[in-house]
Amino acid sequence: MIEVEDLGRTFVVRRKTGLLRRSREEVAAVTSVSFRVDAGEAVGYIGPNGAGKSTTIKMLTGILVPTSGRVRVCGLDPSRQRTELAKRIGVVFGQRSQLWWDLPLVESFELLRHIYRVDPAAHARRLAECTELLGLHEFAATPVRQLSLGQRMRGEVTAALLHAPELLVLDEPTIGLDLESKERLREFLAELNASRGTTLVLTTHDLDDIERLCRRMMVIDHGQVLADGPLAELREEVSPERTLVVDLERPAAPLDGLPGVVSVRTEAGGLRQLLSFRRDATTAARLITLVADRAPVHDVSVIEPDIDEVVKRLYQRRSPVA
Amino acid sequence: MCALIGCYLRIALAGFRRYATYRQAALAGTATNVVFGLIKISILSAVYAAQGGGSVGGYDLTMTITYVWLGQGLLSVVQFWGDADLDTRIRTGDVVIDLTRPWNLGMALLAEDLGRAAFASLARFVPPLAIGALLFPFRWPTDPAVLAFFALSALLAVVISQGIRFLLSLSTFWLLDPRGVSGLYRVGGATLAGLEIPLNYFPSWAQTALWFTPFPGMMQSPIDVFVQHGSAAALLAHQALWAVLLTVAGQVVLRRAVHKVVVQGG
Amino acid sequence: MAEAYSSLIRAQLRSQLSYRTSFLLNCLAQMLAQANDLLVIVVLFGRVASLGGFGVQEVLLVYALSGIAFGLADMVVGNVEQLPQYIRTGRFDVVLMRPMGSLAQLCASDFQLRRLGRVVTALGVLVYVLSISDIHWTPITLLLLVITPVAGAVIFGSIFIASNSLSFWLIDGRELANTVTYGGNYFTSYPVTVFSGWLRVFLAYVIGGAFVSYYPALALLGRADPLGGPDWLRFSAPVVALLAALAAGTVWRFAIRHYRGTGS
Repeated sequence: MIEVEDLGRTFVVRRKTGLLRRSREEVAAVTSVSFRVDAGEAVGYIGPNGAGKSTTIKMLTGILVPTSGRVRVCGLDPSRQRTELAKRIGVVFGQRSQLWWDLPLVESFELLRHIYRVDPAAHARRLAECTELLGLHEFAATPVRQLSLGQRMRGEVTAALLHAPELLVLDEPTIGLDLESKERLREFLAELNASRGTTLVLTTHDLDDIERLCRRMMVIDHGQVLADGPLAELREEVSPERTLVVDLERPAAPLDGLPGVVSVRTEAGGLRQLLSFRRDATTAARLITLVADRAPVHDVSVIEPDIDEVVKRLYQRRSPVA
Repeated sequence: MCALIGCYLRIALAGFRRYATYRQAALAGTATNVVFGLIKISILSAVYAAQGGGSVGGYDLTMTITYVWLGQGLLSVVQFWGDADLDTRIRTGDVVIDLTRPWNLGMALLAEDLGRAAFASLARFVPPLAIGALLFPFRWPTDPAVLAFFALSALLAVVISQGIRFLLSLSTFWLLDPRGVSGLYRVGGATLAGLEIPLNYFPSWAQTALWFTPFPGMMQSPIDVFVQHGSAAALLAHQALWAVLLTVAGQVVLRRAVHKVVVQGG
Repeated sequence: MAEAYSSLIRAQLRSQLSYRTSFLLNCLAQMLAQANDLLVIVVLFGRVASLGGFGVQEVLLVYALSGIAFGLADMVVGNVEQLPQYIRTGRFDVVLMRPMGSLAQLCASDFQLRRLGRVVTALGVLVYVLSISDIHWTPITLLLLVITPVAGAVIFGSIFIASNSLSFWLIDGRELANTVTYGGNYFTSYPVTVFSGWLRVFLAYVIGGAFVSYYPALALLGRADPLGGPDWLRFSAPVVALLAALAAGTVWRFAIRHYRGTGS
């Protein structure tokens, strides 16, 4: 479905260096990215802000022309066959709308039917399907500007699917959504991927999106792919450490010397202690018992390494300090 | 009291800085103003060419050219069509935040606008004026004191313009869609102030009617003061009267608007 | 493509006409904007009998032809002025991701019918001027009367598109574009003879302003060009319009290539 080989994109930045002097500088947004996505896959594409995610997506969709390397999407060259490709892929942006602000939602769908030249019967069938699954009927006649973010996103996803794309690209689709809306959207996308076989590529900052939807995760930073594989495997590989947060009844000295614990930090004068431990060395349950033996425990919780932490680790691992 | 004045001074300074960040925009805007100035000069010169020189409504050709460059510069200082910031804040209800602050909203906006005008008088007023003074026949005041009167007159012009824009924005509290009303003002206000042609070109009955309104005070008055057309004292008095009237009206309407928000919940 | 375009326009019309009062007020504001320039001409002719060698009726004819052309162009493609917002908010990327021409989408997506207000005022003046002017009507002048607003609108539309393409390079491109769009309208409302020097060369011939209203008006009035131009120049507006459209299309395509990173 997608073949990317040695893809690179540089931008020219002009910077003021003096009163009148300006310097010209080439900045690489994407250095050299290679990957393959097969039909029916669901891939999470993650990385910190400015890592090169949007630049890659723009090149995949044909908006931006690569400065080096090769891209094929659906067997087409995106930048040369942009319009042809547009009819075969769907794109959803969490932070920008492809709907018409002042028009009722259904009218936007109708306009897209004309723009994508979809057969009316097929259009009606797909719209009915999405309306059913995403519960659009409550607000289909409402102007888009009056929709809540959750409702709008359901509209956006529908808009991207009406021409039955083989590939759906989602750029931060769950950003800003409440938990219920997120869950509803993920469920729909998972179903889409499983039953219709639509290939999904999504960028996100929310690890839950990946966990719920993607069997495969790709991490990018500084314009390079740092890791590519199943999520759990990657997390285990680079961040085997979790943190047990223990709130004690009374302040105590640092709880040193517990088996399997890598480091101990204390907060609030010893009232809260954070114990980092390796998942392969011990378990949270065993640790809690051990801690309870040494001091009365008020509350405990476990922190998983978050996505930025994972990315940071991956980055540190791939580029040893020179 | 001192602290309060200090607060408004800060706001004015912030207004200055806010617009000072748009230096490129100022450059592009100046280019546009200069081109429009050139077109205007051609058209108005054709009037003098057609009647073989002399004066029209008390302006000779040199005064008219001076009028054009002053006008093209003052246009951005006075700002007839401001941003619709306040309108939007009123429509969305965000204005409540502004109203709960320990300041007078009208005065705060005036302070910010004066700051903006101060930047505009450097970046937008001086360049067209310099071009006019260097490349065209230009009428400088015969008495340096006139420059001081002109500065005062330009300041009053900003106060009048801001007063009118503030009242138009406040109308959003009552009107469903104020864009129609401000749209009409945007279209006609500048012409009635004397931007397109000097008001003294108008038939005398129209001039009499116009000087009963605040419009000439936003553009024609400072220009007349500069080219020494008419009595500076009378021009300034007319402006001062309208500046006071509009400021008071703004405060009264603001109070009613606040009352409406507090009692009726918007 | 044509079907998609017309459905975009129709959707905009439905939405705008549903707020009737607001629409009428906006329309009125546009009518008055055009009347504003008329007021200036009327006041000037209250002082003198001719401008640049042309009488009041002749200048009003030039003004009316310019107003109709500009109004039509503003209505159909004036929305390219929104380009900076489209680029800043990323909406332009959305436009590029669809299988339809970017310019058509941009112009149709926010089509403003209220801009017809300008055309209404200018058309009113045209009808009035023609009714009091002494014009020798032949099939040729009639045809000219029909073609002139269209050719003028194409010229202005090309100016809108080419100049606003600057927004792909400059943040304040729109402001600079104003010099030739609104400035062009200002310029073409008067006979070219009023102007001189490089200002005339640039606005009348480089961007084609003289062919919007001045030359067609000369042809309608049966007057020779006081500037000594050959007579056929008075009928050349359609050719100029075609060239302008081709040039604007080239500039737009070049700008899009730059935006997508192929150009530079």
